[in-house]
Amino acid sequence: MIHTHTLPDNKGLMAKLSDLFWRRPWVLLLALLLPAILWLGIIYIGSLVALLVQSFFSIDEFSGLIKYELTLKTYLELLRPANLDIIVRTVTMATSVTVAAVVVAFPIAFYAARYARGRWKVVFYVGVMLPLWSSYLVKVYAWKLILAKEGILNWILAKLHLGWALDGILSIPVIGGNSLSVSYIGTFFVFLYVWLPFMVLPMQAALERVPNSYLEASADLGAKPSKTFWSVVFPLALPGIIAGSIFTFSLTLGDYIIPQIVGSSRLFIGQAVYSHQGTAGNIPLAAAFTVVPIVIMAFYLWFAKRKGAFDAL
Amino acid sequence: MRSSQDSRAPLSLKTAAVCGLLFMHLPILLIFIYAFTTEDKTYQWPPPGFTLKWLGVTWNRPDVWEAMRLSLKVAAISTCIALVLGTLSAAAVSRSKFFGRETISLLIILPIALPGIITGIALRSAFSIADIPFSVWTIVLGHATFCVVVVYNNAVARFRRTSTSLVEASMDLGANSFQTFRYIILPNIATALLAGGMLAFALSFDEVIVTTLTAGQQATLPIWMLEELVRPRQRPVTNVVAMVVFLVTFVPILLAYYLIRDGDHVSGQGK
Repeated sequence: MIHTHTLPDNKGLMAKLSDLFWRRPWVLLLALLLPAILWLGIIYIGSLVALLVQSFFSIDEFSGLIKYELTLKTYLELLRPANLDIIVRTVTMATSVTVAAVVVAFPIAFYAARYARGRWKVVFYVGVMLPLWSSYLVKVYAWKLILAKEGILNWILAKLHLGWALDGILSIPVIGGNSLSVSYIGTFFVFLYVWLPFMVLPMQAALERVPNSYLEASADLGAKPSKTFWSVVFPLALPGIIAGSIFTFSLTLGDYIIPQIVGSSRLFIGQAVYSHQGTAGNIPLAAAFTVVPIVIMAFYLWFAKRKGAFDAL
Repeated sequence: MRSSQDSRAPLSLKTAAVCGLLFMHLPILLIFIYAFTTEDKTYQWPPPGFTLKWLGVTWNRPDVWEAMRLSLKVAAISTCIALVLGTLSAAAVSRSKFFGRETISLLIILPIALPGIITGIALRSAFSIADIPFSVWTIVLGHATFCVVVVYNNAVARFRRTSTSLVEASMDLGANSFQTFRYIILPNIATALLAGGMLAFALSFDEVIVTTLTAGQQATLPIWMLEELVRPRQRPVTNVVAMVVFLVTFVPILLAYYLIRDGDHVSGQGK
């Protein structure tokens, strides 16, 4: 650059650095990226790798100490019926929460994307964004209040003389229980509530991108509204739905707080990880358990990428 | 352009949408009612009466203040770290194409794409391997890691909309990189950074999944609340704390929304 030659040579450090950045762009690039690479690479990836390595160690059954020899023994332990149960239970819960979130979120996203105008648009946008970002624990706490025996839900049901219906639902084996706050149904509702906004936003973004002319073309060609919906709108919204389901699915898989506060005492993957690393001190098994959601999510993300869900994020 | 028959939604759709929205908000309203109930032993509904007493009781609780201070401190430090790391990497990723660009994005997004417990356990075991005692800083390490993505996403979105010709003009006029950053780039991305910072702050302030694993004896406000949730001992104080936590995160979220509502959308959902 010409001006670097015309300026006096006794420049400050800043200017010299600046010139270096200009002449060698990769130095600037490296300077920009290095802090994040160091931080995330060393602290985050480093810890993650250390954890994964530990899943190949095993615990000595007699002394309770970790044996530092590479083995797949700990992974075999995952296949024990009790542990397999935990995995199946968690995946089933994550799947049902995701399906329910799609069903509940769709009308909200559809209305917000295609019909809401002006002030209503803002109401819907802020109305989804606020619960998305607001405190996770406060939301869980609100549900503890709702589901309590003396709480609002039972009160409403009693006023409506519908207590028998709740009793009927709670008497269903497996998903029922003594009360909502100690049953899978309760856990399910809290999960659905807490992760719902994560489904609405990407769905709405995908729906907003469906061109109106497509819908008109479909109608012009004689399709009924339901046909237009299933053949045009839904396939185009699918990437958004999958993008949202990444969140609802992944967040449910790894959560250990909600099932601990609202739910039966049977464990979910997150709780199993937590208890194995804590009181049991069985880090290898805890590490092996964390591999389960990682593998499931890797497959899920691979599938989502193929469906173009990342463009909808 | 939208056709005229498109502008009216079927009643069923409208009802479902409004019900869904109510479902997302009514439970939070409940928190505000319970903070003023006179009942202190159960979660009784409807509240037998209303009182302001618990606000005063909570105000005089040193443990709540202690937890509040720690939470604010951790959130402030983590946000600062996230702002630096997020802005720099966003500048690199959005300004140039280079080998490994996708990997960098993945690296930044990973801490929120993987369930929080994995981040938490990984950090915890790393601390124990490296013999690092738990402290405020171990909490900050965890929080900053997943806050980077929030700042990064907001900054990338803004960088993409900012034209590079301004930067080139500034350099042509003789400004060095630092002056260009200070006078051209920073004013352009300031609101996006502010918004990202607010969201990062809100995210850190109420984070509990990673925090329980990276905190030793220290209790942040969410950890204090979690203990109360598992073993309720002082329900009225917890009710008030829940309301306060909600309000402390509510304000930055709303501010962030107003800062970025023109054009950008809030990116980086996920905790």
